[in-house]
Amino acid sequence: MSVAIRIQQVSKRFGTVQALDGVDLDIQQGEFFGLLGPNGAGKTTLISALAGLTRADGGKISVMGHDVQTDYRAARRQLGVVPQELVFDPFFSVRETLKIQSGYFGIDGNDDWIDEILENLDLTSKANANMRTLSGGMKRRVLVAQALVHRPPVIVLDEPTAGVDVELRQTLWRFIRRLNEDGHTIVLTTHYLEEAESLCTRIAMLKAGRIVALDTTASLLRSFSTHTLRLRTNGSLPAALVAGSGQSGGWWSLPFDRFDEVEPLLAKIRAVGCVIDDLEIGKPDLEEVFVRVMQGQGRNP
Amino acid sequence: MKPSGFSTLLYKEVLRFWKVGFQTVAAPVLTALLYLLIFSHVLEAHVQVHGVPYTAFLIPGLVMMSVLQNAFANTSSSLIQSKVTGNIVFVLLPPISYHEFYLAYVLAAVVRGLVVGSGVLLVTCWFAPLQFAEPQWIIVFAVMGGAILGSLGVIAGIWADKFDQLAAFQNFLIMPLTFLSGVFYSIASLPVFWQQVSHWNPVFYMIDGFRHGFFGVSDASPWTSLAVVSVCLVILASFTLNLLKRGYKLRA
Ligand SMILES: Nc1ncnc2c1ncn2[C@@H]1O[C@H](COP(=O)(O)OP(=O)(O)OP(=O)(O)O)[C@@H](O)[C@H]1O
Ligand SMILES: [Mg+2]
Repeated sequence: MSVAIRIQQVSKRFGTVQALDGVDLDIQQGEFFGLLGPNGAGKTTLISALAGLTRADGGKISVMGHDVQTDYRAARRQLGVVPQELVFDPFFSVRETLKIQSGYFGIDGNDDWIDEILENLDLTSKANANMRTLSGGMKRRVLVAQALVHRPPVIVLDEPTAGVDVELRQTLWRFIRRLNEDGHTIVLTTHYLEEAESLCTRIAMLKAGRIVALDTTASLLRSFSTHTLRLRTNGSLPAALVAGSGQSGGWWSLPFDRFDEVEPLLAKIRAVGCVIDDLEIGKPDLEEVFVRVMQGQGRNP
Repeated sequence: MKPSGFSTLLYKEVLRFWKVGFQTVAAPVLTALLYLLIFSHVLEAHVQVHGVPYTAFLIPGLVMMSVLQNAFANTSSSLIQSKVTGNIVFVLLPPISYHEFYLAYVLAAVVRGLVVGSGVLLVTCWFAPLQFAEPQWIIVFAVMGGAILGSLGVIAGIWADKFDQLAAFQNFLIMPLTFLSGVFYSIASLPVFWQQVSHWNPVFYMIDGFRHGFFGVSDASPWTSLAVVSVCLVILASFTLNLLKRGYKLRA
């Protein structure tokens, strides 16, 4: 595989805030990559530097092998960015907006592709509506559509689902997944961790401008999070188990790594005559990974 | 013809003002007409300039003032609106070079200036006999003047973070320069000191050269005016291009 995005030692300071602090990151072609981090971690700044919207103080970034500063025209042609802020041009209709955006990339008569994008984002009925008259979620869809007019091989979405209803989220992800299957590289930032968990194959976590975790989603889940057996019982657990467990709201939680540990745990509980009223198994989730990574490693902002 | 970043941006900038033509074209034409009615009513009987009746003298001045002010308004308001609303990203993300960016904005400003200027000419020309003695100067100075004020508008639009900063730029620089440039009078009628001062105002040369195209007479030679205006345009264009190249404020 070859590299879609290469970020080397990128730093950016705003006044006293070190928004990016020596970020190194390679994203391969065809990846569905997640960029996570708390508010102010530097995600948008990194995307802006990548898109040429801001100039990094130091370091180098390239998109599909084109440096974003010295070879910016080629780099920008390879890149589609959905900005975080809900921006639009009130002078134009949805279709005008998309045709103008195509023209900026030197594309003429893009109607077939524009129609397809509109269809996939459920915007067909709004094609001739003025941007001003759209609801927030619809404006967000147009932003996604705008990023796609030139069929960029690399697509970056900065919180595309903020303020978007369930239905659109599903529509959007179906479409973006399809683009990913067709070979487009996808980079996503979101605060919905379950979304990142189900979509992204690899994840970087950013904190105070530094990457504090970078791995495949599967191995992040494995290394930072465990399964939990959660129980409600009519008596106390055996003393040996109480030590390694947590308790809240009448529920005990017992961590375990592999499923063959479950049977022995249950046997120990049965042995002391404790009756289980309710039971569930918690899978490792990205939220837990995220919380642990943010508490553990990295510096405080 | 295949569109380019430049042609699309030019088209979009022209469409932008054309869609709100009532404000961007009709309103300034009406303003100029009011100036004409009032000033010619007061002064027609008393003043002749270069042997030309006052109203006839005033018309080219008003036309050129409209060209200049609207060229400035087009670039500056478009840029500040895009910055404040954030939709400037739509033109910053595509592969548009800073040369194309500059040319598209400034040409759209020239188009707006020429459209408004033609409108003003059309509604005012009935009030006095106009000649078109050397029409090439009319075109040259209208286009160059529009480009200069369009460039100033780009600078102001990039520099200003808020609408009131833009208004300050307009009220303290653009308005005085245009009003004190001989729109309403010939500087030959001024005391010597103020004549000298006016010769330092580049807008004076734009209006004087433009008026020369109509009457074939002017305060300064049109060639001198052309030289001054060309130097101004080159300086402003280089300055603006340099700001854009560095990404000043736009790609901070
Ligand atoms: N234009 C700017 N001027 C000054 N400071 C800025 C600017 N842009 C970003 N910052 C600062 O840089 C830091 C990183 O901001 P950034 O927008 O990249 O965070 P983020 O990870 O995208 O956060 P969020 O999840 O809230 O979108 C923050 O401290 C922010 O205040
Ligand atoms: Mg952000």
